[in-house]
Amino acid sequence: MLRYTIQRLLMMIPTLFGVAVLVFVMLRVMPGDIVELRLRGDGAQVTPELLAMERARLGLDKSLPAQFGDWMGGLLTGDLGISMWTGRPVAYEIGIRLELSLELAILATILATMLALPLGTLAALFKDRWPDRVISVFAIAGLAVPSFWFGMIIILTLLLNFNWMAPMTFTPFLEDPVKNLSQLIWPALAVGYRYSAVATRMTRSTILEVLQEDYIRTARAKGVYERLVVSRHAMRNALLPVVTVIGLEFAFLIGGLVVTEQVFNLNGIGKLFVNVLARGDYTMIQALVMLVAGFFIFVNFIVDLLYAVLDPRIRYS
Amino acid sequence: MTVPAVAISDLNYDRPKRRGLAARFVITHPLGAAGLFVIVVMILAGVFADWVAPYDPLTVNYGAMLARPSAEYWLGTDTFGRDVLSRIIHGARTALLVGFLSSFAGSTLGAIIGVASAYFGGRIDMIIQSFMDILLSFPIIVLALAVVAILGKNVAFGLDFNLIVAISIPMVPRVARVVRSSALAIREMAYIDAARTSGFSHTRIIFRHIVPNVTAPYLIMLTALIAQAILLEASLSFLGLGVTEPTAAWGLMLSGSADDFYQQAPWMIVFPGLAISLAVFAFNLFGDSLRDWLDPKIKI
Repeated sequence: MLRYTIQRLLMMIPTLFGVAVLVFVMLRVMPGDIVELRLRGDGAQVTPELLAMERARLGLDKSLPAQFGDWMGGLLTGDLGISMWTGRPVAYEIGIRLELSLELAILATILATMLALPLGTLAALFKDRWPDRVISVFAIAGLAVPSFWFGMIIILTLLLNFNWMAPMTFTPFLEDPVKNLSQLIWPALAVGYRYSAVATRMTRSTILEVLQEDYIRTARAKGVYERLVVSRHAMRNALLPVVTVIGLEFAFLIGGLVVTEQVFNLNGIGKLFVNVLARGDYTMIQALVMLVAGFFIFVNFIVDLLYAVLDPRIRYS
Repeated sequence: MTVPAVAISDLNYDRPKRRGLAARFVITHPLGAAGLFVIVVMILAGVFADWVAPYDPLTVNYGAMLARPSAEYWLGTDTFGRDVLSRIIHGARTALLVGFLSSFAGSTLGAIIGVASAYFGGRIDMIIQSFMDILLSFPIIVLALAVVAILGKNVAFGLDFNLIVAISIPMVPRVARVVRSSALAIREMAYIDAARTSGFSHTRIIFRHIVPNVTAPYLIMLTALIAQAILLEASLSFLGLGVTEPTAAWGLMLSGSADDFYQQAPWMIVFPGLAISLAVFAFNLFGDSLRDWLDPKIKI
């Protein structure tokens, strides 16, 4: 197990390196240059010398391999560089927004799981009867409704019925948990709906599959309460694929945040990403992409390890 | 001894009724057929938008700004006094074109890569797979956004082709993975060995023996990804990085000024979103049934 864990950890390195090369190359073929965009932005007269000076200051005059080397060296020593737009350290810019996005993602996951497990199980137990049909409409709709529009509908409903407006500033959880939750629960619901739809479908189909197994029949035959058959025999064994889906979708959640943060006017990682893309802020884009990709790969790794924990039959060697 | 003549038709057995392919699909998959019906209606609305739509989608009419839904404007008007219904009908054209084209491009490229990867195996397979792994470590929208930002716009025939590229790139590794696993199984079939011993070229074996056998997963991914493409296009347009004004596009109708008018003009928000949901819903229903029909084992 330990050996497998180390092996998997080492395998993440070439993939992450590949991501880094890809992002770096993609950014360098991007037309336009942040220096011109920032200095010439409002039609100001700028001498070529000033542009060259600014480029030298940002290290953009070096050769591409040298720039890549600088960036890699920085990454290895934990120095993410300085935002080319705001001039503040990248780590600071990301740090002040990370808490919000992470909390939103976790909240959405909790909401989605809390909805999906009971709904999926219920649908499986009432297969082809009305609870199953109602739940499947809920799930199919969840896959079709765009999260940003769902967010807007939530805002609209709250606004028209309770005159609720999205607050302008974010309250950290530790400062005022109630206020924080009342603020984040709605965007979490908007992102989490699709998420719970995927997980609900998965839960339903795995429970149905598991209920066909011999050990379920055995359990029933020896007179185990049906409630125990479902909760102990069926749900436990159905958990594995469900956990996979929840894990994989958690990584996808970052994508959902990009649009949802825009709708709810939340200053998180997703909104930051859209902003820095528009400005061509190389250092910020590189750092954010590495963060997201690294997170994605890491979650996949955790899901793999969870397999072994949840299912003792799986032994990695 | 005479045997009584019995006509075949008198025999009491259920002869399988011969029905067309389409009829059988409708009977066995009513939900998928319903989805297909919605898709066909949308295609017709998109193609004949100029005739179906009651108003021109681009004509600005400041006299009718933010008009409520009424007999005159069924779904109301937007901030520029443009008819929301007409813009939704014309938006179907944008959504379907971008959806079809990017899904087709992404699935086809993905299928080619998947087949090549499986057929050649060994080092080529390893290199291709590690590149696909890199692409897979981006969330879909993050990759699409990055490509849009890098490529900029490239509008021809009223369509932004770089947007289509951006939407199709995240699909490539996903299709490649599914098609590769199907092709791997086919590669081990005896008839492939037979073809190889007959001295056929790689090209011939790939196109005549492998490709026909991976059309099912290809078609399944293609339809499933149209829904994804429509959603993605709407999201990008909503963020202001997809289709741009004044073109009528559903995601775009929800962006920009729309959110300032929650209270005065909720119809500007409700209807375009319903259109997106309905389109994606229809393609999902149809795609699910198609998968069920062609090959229930495929997981996407």
